[in-house]
Amino acid sequence: MTTTVYVPRDTTTLSLDGNQVASDISALANQQDKSIKLVRNGSRGMFWLEPLVEVETDKGRVAYGPVQPEDVESLFAADFTNASFDAHSTQQHALFLGLTEEIPYLKKQQRLSFAKAGVIDPTDLDDYIAHDGFKGLAKALQLEPQGIVDEVSASGLRGRGGAAFPTGIKWQTVLNCPPQQKYIVCNADEGDSGTFADRLLMEADPLALIEGMTIAGLAVGATQGYIYLRSEYPQAHIILNEAIARAYDRNFLGDAICGSSKTFHMEVRLGAGAYICGEETSLLESLEGKRGLVRAKPPLPAIEGLFGQPTIVNNVLSFGAVPHILADGGEVYASYGMGRSKGTLPFQIAGNVNRGGLVELAFGTTLSALLEEFAQGTANGRDMHSIQVGGPLGAYLTKDQWDTPLEYESFAAIGAVLGHGGIVVFDDTVDLAEQAQFSMEFCVEESCGKCTPCRIGSVRGTEVIGKIRSGENVDANLALLDDLCETMIDMSLCAMGGMTPFPVQSAMKAYQAQLGSQTQLSDQNPSVEGR
Amino acid sequence: MDATSEHSNIKIQQIIDQLSDKPGALLPILHEVQHAFGYIPANAIEPIAKSLKQTAAEVHGVISFYRHFHTTKAGAHRVEVCRAEACQARGSRALEAHIKESLDIDYHQTTADRNITLDPVYCLGNCSCGPNIRVGDDIIGRVSNDKFDKVVNALSTSALEIK
Repeated sequence: MTTTVYVPRDTTTLSLDGNQVASDISALANQQDKSIKLVRNGSRGMFWLEPLVEVETDKGRVAYGPVQPEDVESLFAADFTNASFDAHSTQQHALFLGLTEEIPYLKKQQRLSFAKAGVIDPTDLDDYIAHDGFKGLAKALQLEPQGIVDEVSASGLRGRGGAAFPTGIKWQTVLNCPPQQKYIVCNADEGDSGTFADRLLMEADPLALIEGMTIAGLAVGATQGYIYLRSEYPQAHIILNEAIARAYDRNFLGDAICGSSKTFHMEVRLGAGAYICGEETSLLESLEGKRGLVRAKPPLPAIEGLFGQPTIVNNVLSFGAVPHILADGGEVYASYGMGRSKGTLPFQIAGNVNRGGLVELAFGTTLSALLEEFAQGTANGRDMHSIQVGGPLGAYLTKDQWDTPLEYESFAAIGAVLGHGGIVVFDDTVDLAEQAQFSMEFCVEESCGKCTPCRIGSVRGTEVIGKIRSGENVDANLALLDDLCETMIDMSLCAMGGMTPFPVQSAMKAYQAQLGSQTQLSDQNPSVEGR
Repeated sequence: MDATSEHSNIKIQQIIDQLSDKPGALLPILHEVQHAFGYIPANAIEPIAKSLKQTAAEVHGVISFYRHFHTTKAGAHRVEVCRAEACQARGSRALEAHIKESLDIDYHQTTADRNITLDPVYCLGNCSCGPNIRVGDDIIGRVSNDKFDKVVNALSTSALEIK
């Protein structure tokens, strides 16, 4: 009997010797005359368990992890392809985790966009279809363009790249433009540190992105799509290209899609290591073959976008949510979440945590709950101190803020951003003034240079924080920094300069609080030197 | 491939001819040229500019805007070290210091034996498993000082084997 064994092929698994594990399993199976079918699936997003090896059984898939090459021999010795379910069995391999779907980290999630991640072979169309793939597309092919847009509007979906603009309104704007060459552009320039949800979707379920973009094309009458992928994602590039080629082979892309009269073409374009190209107008410039300089808005890209034509620019996760919205209806999607933040967000637990990974949940949970239920402490056992949410332009939050509901408006109310859902945990050794200075340095490095507050402000900001850190005219320089931040917020052309002050000011505030408590400590205890 | 040979000019022209009809062809062409030579040789700029009806200055301007494009020949292996926050939270600053010290170079430099070129990178999207580095197209997670030394040793060995 042939047993199916799964070893993921996503970046995280490969970064932890996943390919070696896969080839060792093949080799040993061969040697021992065990008949196995090795499937290279995507990751389920439980990165602390990668490489996660799964085995198909009649009760469902069972998991072993994290498996390292040196564990493979012992897996065979424990006859892992014939897993027994008695969790208390002494025969069981030490890495045995039981049924994959019963692992609490996975079971507690509300997976809509990531329902197929890790389950299917990412580029196998039959597997995709067997797991409800292309149902949304089939529905869209029966609807008029306005009907598709209405469904997306009803879902309440807001742009998942960070800006949270209502997707339905964007699509409606492009639909309302008279028929002409229109474009669908996927922003896959996931540059925010602490985020990997786009990558995971592209590596684990790329056909969902392809389906979502195709539906967008049908909705607004666009015949060409581009995925603008960052060059830091070589594995996603390989998998996307494979998935697109197979979708063309089976007529889910190209002319006369699924026997209809509709046409949609798609290709991947690689970025080249510029964070600013995640800003939509800069991305369009880059796609046109230029320096990624930010454009002034208006005109909106929806009206004058790529090559001056009406263009939908959406994040990977926005498109990724669309197949589900079409298949099950916008109302169902809108039943998740809270307030104006409808649906789910894949939170990405990163940085110094014990159990990092992707956790898809409805909006409205809190950092405290996420950390307690999923992260389970830091990797080095120290106390958590501050958390940067929403990427390098997001605020640093200290413990008193961790009960804020994770949804757009509640975060805006405390001067923070949810952004793309990245959560980076720092322990109590963090030097927040150093982090603040890094935020300014990052802006120096990544500014496109078009507007002065961002280009020059970030250089001055780096210098001023340097002076504060070395104790030079601290009060005067803090006032200067505040003034500078205000200028950057009010006068920058885009979020790069306009939001860099968020991490800077929040980190400096927390730094001063840290200093304050240290000073108090040194007042009480003369043996501790004040800093 | 030697970028200055007659053969290289043919290769560059082949890449241009293959891609110049694409809308917004410049980045795809630059990626292919860099893929073929490991960097974008100076003799590629004129023919690219000509085919896209741009000036050499415009093409150069695009190359210099993007961190990923290089105009000088790198060492046998390009090693990129993530400098972003999620890796910082997992000790990447100490790793950076170790890497620079053990290779005895700073960012944007190449070791004396021309084996390794060191570059910074801002996020490789493996943020639960940092610190991360990228060697060629391979991303390596949870890099400790020891693990880095082993990776470098393996690179040195393989470079010798090629000779």
